[in-house]
Order: sequence, then structure tokens, then C-alpha cells
Amino acid sequence: MISLPRNPRTRTWLGLAPAWLVIGVFMLVPIALMAVISFLEANPYGGVHFNFSTDAYVQIAFEYDLMDDLVFNPIYINIILRSVGLSVLATVVCLVIGFPVAYFITLQPPSRRNFYIYLITIPFWTNLLIRTFSWILILGRNGVIETPLLLTGIIDDSLGMMYTNGAITVGLAYSYLPLMILPIYASLERLDFRLVEAASDLYAHRLEIMTKVIIPLSMPGIVAGCMLVYIPSLGAFIAPDLLGGGKRLLLGSLVQLQFATARNWPFGAAIAMILLAFVVVALMIYAQSARKRARIEGDS
Amino acid sequence: MKRRHLGVGRYHGLGTWTVLCFAFLYLPIGILIVYSFNASSLAMTWTGFSLDWYAKVLRNDSIQFAAVNSLVIATISTLFATVIATAAALALVRGGRFAGQTASIGLVTLPLVVPEIVTAVAVLIFFAHLELNLGIGNVIIAHTTFCIPFAFMPIRARLVGMDTSLEQAARDLYSSEWQTFRYVTAPLLMPGILSGAMLSFVISLDDFIITLMVAPAGATTLPVYIYSMIRQGITPEVNAISSVFFAASVLLVSIYWLLSRRVMSVPKGSGANNMSGGSRT
Repeated sequence: MISLPRNPRTRTWLGLAPAWLVIGVFMLVPIALMAVISFLEANPYGGVHFNFSTDAYVQIAFEYDLMDDLVFNPIYINIILRSVGLSVLATVVCLVIGFPVAYFITLQPPSRRNFYIYLITIPFWTNLLIRTFSWILILGRNGVIETPLLLTGIIDDSLGMMYTNGAITVGLAYSYLPLMILPIYASLERLDFRLVEAASDLYAHRLEIMTKVIIPLSMPGIVAGCMLVYIPSLGAFIAPDLLGGGKRLLLGSLVQLQFATARNWPFGAAIAMILLAFVVVALMIYAQSARKRARIEGDS
Repeated sequence: MKRRHLGVGRYHGLGTWTVLCFAFLYLPIGILIVYSFNASSLAMTWTGFSLDWYAKVLRNDSIQFAAVNSLVIATISTLFATVIATAAALALVRGGRFAGQTASIGLVTLPLVVPEIVTAVAVLIFFAHLELNLGIGNVIIAHTTFCIPFAFMPIRARLVGMDTSLEQAARDLYSSEWQTFRYVTAPLLMPGILSGAMLSFVISLDDFIITLMVAPAGATTLPVYIYSMIRQGITPEVNAISSVFFAASVLLVSIYWLLSRRVMSVPKGSGANNMSGGSRT
């Protein structure tokens, strides 16, 4: 049959070669190319001119006025701030909803735990577009919330819940809630329950048990969960597009707009690079905290 | 003992909170499904039960075309991604420590970390510059790339848990390297490979944003088509096709779930009865 090379090193690299080739060529190279494009001049008719230019990055904070002077333009800065703000908000909402649920599941007998986790994962694996669309039916004009209120005369006009920051936040939290619950559950499941009993025996109040024992011990899961919600929220496209009506842009939908409609590739690429930078910073903070924790655990 | 154990860490309202959370997760999908049976053409006014919208979905050629595209893309991408991920997992788990190991793990998991929209536009730029137009092939390339980590994770989990004594025994009994792989390693690894393939199939089927940006005309997938339907106005037809899609996903995830429970139960140690471990039902 197929004869493999004897040298174990050669074999290892032979096994990894297809992965390096595919992800390298179709992901690393494209991202590098995108970085290059972000430093080129935009062609007003789509595509780029091959001249070095930092215009795309300058354009994020400034614009040229009629006199051709650079003036501060807050539009895109506001989009960046709104992206970060709504992502943080969605993360907090997920944490508040998710932590008690993860804890509740941990308290169940093992066989039932698995079933709960299965129920948590189902929405995650079903289509995000469809799940977000279902919120239009709920929040929208004449939706499930408004219709009964209108019929009973409690309100006389649409509440205007759609196309708001609130709607986007609900959509984001709904999209990524399972990603908060799963790592917290994984952390809590390993928690040594004798510590909780010890705290109780030593007359710790219920609230103290929670804040001084359970929450600190599940911190790795909480941090991982926050990352898993925050990062995709920052780059989200579907929620701001469907629930924000495409008018309240976030970073993700701004990038899409530049490539699909506005056809300003360098600017779109620059925004995508900024988005990537935010993700890298978040990951570095995460890695830092994981290292610190590993050191503390190593010491004790 | 057990009661006290549970009593100590218990908090009021946890159960209620969990019920509310599940309602939050499932009610929107439930409402979507209920309204797919609505007779009215206005998505949100209930006038009576009807299966008309499902009949309409069945007669809609564009939906069928998109669904076939989705299935073809998901099947081919899954095949590629699973083969690549299996080779990578074998190399990384069985290869021992080597320079470039961390980089390789980072590379394989890269598609999970980079925001989808960034991948989408980067690949769009890349294809545009190469003037690569393989129709559905462009989408398959993109899907294969981001499916690799999803196939990789369960396969690696299975390999890490598998002990090498059976393979060593086979080698001791003069089976060739290929025979050992074919008759020992591969069957033991199969639940991991299957659940990895299942995951990447679901991920490919569900993908929207990357396909939206990368797919050339004629390579529309079901999520992209549903998106264009939502854009044109909300009719119960969207609900109907979404409900069908949802049911298919639940089915696939359930199969994956059953398989992954087998991934967790890796046969340990030696003994003839463990040889059948991989195919135990």
C-alpha cells in the first residue's frame, strides 16, 4: 500500500501539509492581501490603484471639507464606539442570563445535565439568520408584542422597538448566549463542591459563598464565555443588518457595506483591519489572564 | 448526604431563571414555526391553520436550486475538511513535540478566531485579484477552509483519549503500518471522524456571511436565498422554509450529539472486548 516516510518529522509535516496549504493559501494570504489593500488608493469605480496611501485609515476619523482641509468626522468613530458598547452590553446581558443557568445545570444529576446542555447547544447550531429573523416577528411593527397591546388599546401607536440599539443588543445576546453558558458550565462542573460545603460550615452567608467561592472558582469559564460572546458580537453582521435596519451600522456591517455597495475597498479593508486588531487585543488580554491564573495555580 | 450536598449551594429562583432562559432561547423559534402554518399572507396576523406556505416552498424552483447548492457545497467541503483535519490531528497528536507545533495548532484553529466578516472580505479580495471564478467551486474552497477546525476538534479529542496499546499490539503481531491504520486506528477513530464531519456539515450548511460575499451568481445557497427573501418583505413562506431548515439542523445536531457521546466513551486499556469499542452501539 502507501508507504510513508520513515522519518517521524517528515511524517508529521506531511500530515500537516494539507492544512497549512489550504488555510495558508485561502486564509493567511487573503488576510495579508487585505492588509496591503488597506494601504492602497481607492479606485472610485471599484477596486484599487496600486499607490501607497494611508487615506483609508485617515478617513476613519477625518474627511476633506470643501476647501480640501482635513476636518474631524465622527461618523465612523461613533460606529466603532457603538460596536464596542453594544458588544460589551450584549456580553453583560449574556453573563447575567447565562451564569445562573450554568450553575443550575451543574446542580442537576449527570444524566439530566447532558440533556440540558443538548438543549442549550441546539439554538447555537441552528441557522443564525433564521434565529435573528424570528426576532423581527417579535419586535416588529404588528409583531407578537405589539399586536395584543394595540388590540387592547394599551398603546395606540407602534412602540418602535425595531431598528434600535436595544433590538440589536437583544439580537446579539440571543445569538451568542449558548457560547456564554457552555464554558461557564465546563468550569462549574469541575468545581470541588466540598469547598462550598466548607464555606457553609464556616458560617459563610449564601451571598458570600457565591461571591467568594463559586464565582472566583469559575472565573476561567466566565472569562472564556465573555470572550466568545464579545468577539463575534464585534464583527456581527446579521443582527445589525436585520434588527438595526442596516442604518445603525456596527463594524461588521460597515465592512460588508464597503465591499457590497460603497465599493471602497481600501476603506473596507482598513475597517476590517481595525476589527481584527480589536480581536487580537481581546485575545491577548485573555491569554494574559490565563497565564496569570496558571501561575497562581502552579504556586499553590 | 446528597440532599445536604445540594442544599448548601442552592439559591432561590435558579429553576425559574433557567425556565425563563429556555423560553428566551426557544420561544422566538417556536413563534416562527407557529406562524409558518398561518393562512394569512401577512406574516404576523393569524387567520387560520394552513399548509399552503409549505406547498409554495415545495413548488419554488429557486428554493430547490439553492437547497441543492447548499447540500452539494456542504457535502464536498465536509469531505475535504474532514480528510485534511484527520491528517492534521494524527500528525499533531501522534507526532510528539516538534518545533512549529504551537504554530500549527494556531493555524488550524485560526478560522475560529478571525471574525467571519473579515474572512469573508479577505477571501473576496483574494478571489477577485486572482480573477478566480469557479462558480460553486469558490464557495467550496471558502467553506473547506473554515470547516477544518470544526472537523479537527472532535477528531483530536478522540485521538487524545485513545490509548496506543492496541496499535502497538497490532504492530507486535506483524501487521504492516497500513494494516494497523486500516484495521485498528481508523475504526477506533471513526466516531471522532464522523462527529467532526457532522459538525462541519452543519457549519457549512448554516454559513451565511462568507457565502454572501464570496458566492458568484448562480452559486446561491439556502441561507443567502432566505436573506434575499427577508429583504424583499416578510411572508410566511420565509417562515416555512426556515422551519424546514430548522428541523433539518435539529436532526443533524441530534445525530452529532449521539455520536459525540460515543467520542467521550473511548475504550481504554487492552483486551479483546475493547477491539469492538469503536463500533459499539
